[in-house]
Amino acid sequence: MARYILNRLTQTFFILIGVSFITFMLLYILPADPAVQIAGRSATPDTVESIRRELGLDKPLFVQYFNYMINLLQGDLGRSYLQKSEVGTLILSRLGPTISLMFFAILAELILGLFAGVVAAIYRGKKLDKGLMIGSFVTVSAPQFIVSILVLYVFAVKLGWFPIGGYGKPIHYVLPALTLGILGSGWYSRVMRSSMLDVLRQDYIRTARAKGASQKRVIIRHALKNAILPIVAMIGLDIGIFMGGIVVVESVFGWPGIGQLAWQAIQRVDIPIIMGVTLVSAVFIVLGNLFADLVSPFIDPRIRLKK
Amino acid sequence: MKRKSALLSLLFIALIILSAIFAPLISPFNPSEQFKDGLTLQGAPIAPSGKYLLGTDLLGRDLLSRLIYGARTSLIVGIIANGVAVIVGTTIGLLAGFLRGRLGNLIMRFTDLMMAFPALLLAITLSAIFSPSLLIVALVISMVNWVQIARVIYTQTISIAEREYVLATKGLGATNNRVITRHILPHLLPTVLVYTTLGIATTVLLEATLSFLGVGVRPPTPSWGNIIFENQTYFITAPWLVFIPGLAIVLLALSFNLLGDALRDELDPTQRGLS
Repeated sequence: MARYILNRLTQTFFILIGVSFITFMLLYILPADPAVQIAGRSATPDTVESIRRELGLDKPLFVQYFNYMINLLQGDLGRSYLQKSEVGTLILSRLGPTISLMFFAILAELILGLFAGVVAAIYRGKKLDKGLMIGSFVTVSAPQFIVSILVLYVFAVKLGWFPIGGYGKPIHYVLPALTLGILGSGWYSRVMRSSMLDVLRQDYIRTARAKGASQKRVIIRHALKNAILPIVAMIGLDIGIFMGGIVVVESVFGWPGIGQLAWQAIQRVDIPIIMGVTLVSAVFIVLGNLFADLVSPFIDPRIRLKK
Repeated sequence: MKRKSALLSLLFIALIILSAIFAPLISPFNPSEQFKDGLTLQGAPIAPSGKYLLGTDLLGRDLLSRLIYGARTSLIVGIIANGVAVIVGTTIGLLAGFLRGRLGNLIMRFTDLMMAFPALLLAITLSAIFSPSLLIVALVISMVNWVQIARVIYTQTISIAEREYVLATKGLGATNNRVITRHILPHLLPTVLVYTTLGIATTVLLEATLSFLGVGVRPPTPSWGNIIFENQTYFITAPWLVFIPGLAIVLLALSFNLLGDALRDELDPTQRGLS
């Protein structure tokens, strides 16, 4: 087991190096010239040239990448072209809102998804089950921005229960978390439903029923604990999915996290910030996947014994 | 019940494809014409009514006509992007699975790497920096989407390549080329078909998202995503401008998802009856 973890950690390290290399090359080969952006439209070619030299953009691409990585290993993500501050500081100041939103979003997904999945499994084949499963397909087929706007329209504009945007109070979390909760719940509910059905077919459930346990007791005390095991690994993957979609949700809700930082940077072609946010997101995705791979043996002794 | 919903999905997809093809014939107005009576006296969009069935947009253009032409954009991007992703993904997965060894391993490690990319962030950045056109948007999407297909095809190829009939064909002296095209590829086609269908749903959603952010297909070319992008400031006073195209996007993606799911059940008997 220790060896396996070590292997996966090394693999993770190389994946991150690879991500940094490809992102770096893509961003720097692109037709946008940051030196021209910084100098402004009226700048003379000389000014542009000196800015380029100052930023090290006149050096060969591989040398630039090498320098970037050396700095990165010392915890330095470079400087923003336009905001004149360290990318690392900018990202750190935005990471809090993103992580707290991630926490509440995944919590909302779990509450909605697990509840729908368990109910669907109990009413298997009935109208309620069919309705919930079609609902889960709809949530997988709906783009984030449409659900965001719909949730804003219903709960902020029509009902007026929540503010349209803003950040800082607990109430501001409700709508973005609800949006992401609705979107992610379909995925969880389908897995939860089939996992629950698997568990309900097991002998120990029949034993529990034969001993006279009520349906409620069988589901809550006996089945739920085992049915929930595959869900734990999914949370790891979900961190990656969350990070992938963060730009859209944060820009619709005006959430001051790293997604909004990235979106502003993309519009101004502020490459060091884009690069930094991509790397930080990749770290989250990779660690989430690692968690998903490693967690099952820890929580499920049956998997551990097979090895 | 699965078959019924798959049939409905197929009908809806056919309806959208037909209206995209025959857009000039069925669309009531020119999608880019700004009508003098297309805005209220205060300059606001007109709600769905007799002349403009689904209302008008912020510039006084007919929403229904824009939706019909927008279907073209969504489908063209969907077909190009997904076509490229399926071809690239299948080829790479097949080669890696057939060759195995170092090269196969290397290819699969590369897909691991691609899986660690924040895909949407990458797609947004790329299409924002290239001045976006239909083709660029499609290519960016396919760059992100081929990975999933490659991984599925890889696993399947490995299991097929080890079956006895493939070994027998090899023993009879068939070239690699022949083994792949005649004996392995046909068995992969059902999987490819399923992932093509499901992939179109993903592609439609990605195109809409990019266009909504203003980095996808640019107005005045209508696309379902950029209709929402253009009109989003009106979403409180004229919600139909956001929710009608939104509904179109969700229904199209939903149809492809339901169809793909039903196809998977039909083509893979081991999955049937489990759910």
